[in-house]
Amino acid sequence: MKENLYNYILGIADNSLILGQRMGELCGHGPSLETDIACTNISLDLFGQVRSYFQYAAKIAGDGRNEDDIAMLRKEREYKNVLLVEQPNTNFAYSIGRQFLFDVYHLAFLAEQQKSADLTLSAIANKCIKEVSYHERFSSDWVRRLGDGTEESNKKMQEAINDLWAYTDELFHQTEADKAMVVEGLGVDVTKLKDEFYKSVSDLLEEANLQTPESKWFQKGGKEGIHTEHLGFLLSDLQYMQRTYPNMEW
Amino acid sequence: MSKKHWPLWEIFVRSKNGLEHRHFGSLHAADAEMALENARDVYTRRNEGVSIWVVESKNITASNPEHNGELFEPAQDKVYRHPTFYDLPDEVKHM
Repeated sequence: MKENLYNYILGIADNSLILGQRMGELCGHGPSLETDIACTNISLDLFGQVRSYFQYAAKIAGDGRNEDDIAMLRKEREYKNVLLVEQPNTNFAYSIGRQFLFDVYHLAFLAEQQKSADLTLSAIANKCIKEVSYHERFSSDWVRRLGDGTEESNKKMQEAINDLWAYTDELFHQTEADKAMVVEGLGVDVTKLKDEFYKSVSDLLEEANLQTPESKWFQKGGKEGIHTEHLGFLLSDLQYMQRTYPNMEW
Repeated sequence: MSKKHWPLWEIFVRSKNGLEHRHFGSLHAADAEMALENARDVYTRRNEGVSIWVVESKNITASNPEHNGELFEPAQDKVYRHPTFYDLPDEVKHM
């Protein structure tokens, strides 16, 4: 089995899976019917992307596990998503802030992944990038609205950005698998996306009448499987059906 | 908590190039830009459209149903306004 490629794919897929689950939690709880549908659409887009990745990962693993097994039946430490995407829906500003910070990264990542020498990965990136362009449009639009809205919405949006900021640097960390894939020309060198990310984000924050946090203290660990306390609760929701009724389908 | 509602918008979607925009429904949004995005998410997520128009509902002037008598009933007995009293040559199809 190509261990590095497998781990590299999981790194990408788990981000979308966990963020998709977070956005899906808003189903029936969105601040308005229209934004509720928008958030769950984003969730469904992400789950769709995740299927392509896990199908590919299952093929590479070649150990009899299918896409669902890989998505649903790993333990917390085996999930490789960044800490940012597992942060809870504290309020709508957090959901939007988390989405926005991830979308800016995700869009830049996919633009690079399209150039991969791995045809499956480049094809998936090519398909995903349109969806993610819309996600970025939606989330940045809301950051602008809330930041440049009322005193209260500005305050909440600023709080969310401040709190989530510590999780941004990890997006640009490389695992051993990431490094190996860059060398092989299959993977994206995320370290190169960093400057552009912080520039795009701070440009939009400025436009939204928000301050770019100056803190240089960052959290890390998600890519290595060391998560915040939130992931376990999320997984118990996500995995409940498969664990309670193994192999169930509908 | 007093809840302020966003204004109502009417959504028109063109399902294919060449067809006209049709009224699909209405939704709430703070402004036109948001109405477009909401319409995209609410009405075109199953591949229903290639173009969207949004119009704030208050900008639509509607006929009053109470006036239906004078507005529409006089047309009911004027069948001669339909172009059905001509003999069409066989060569003319699709009429």
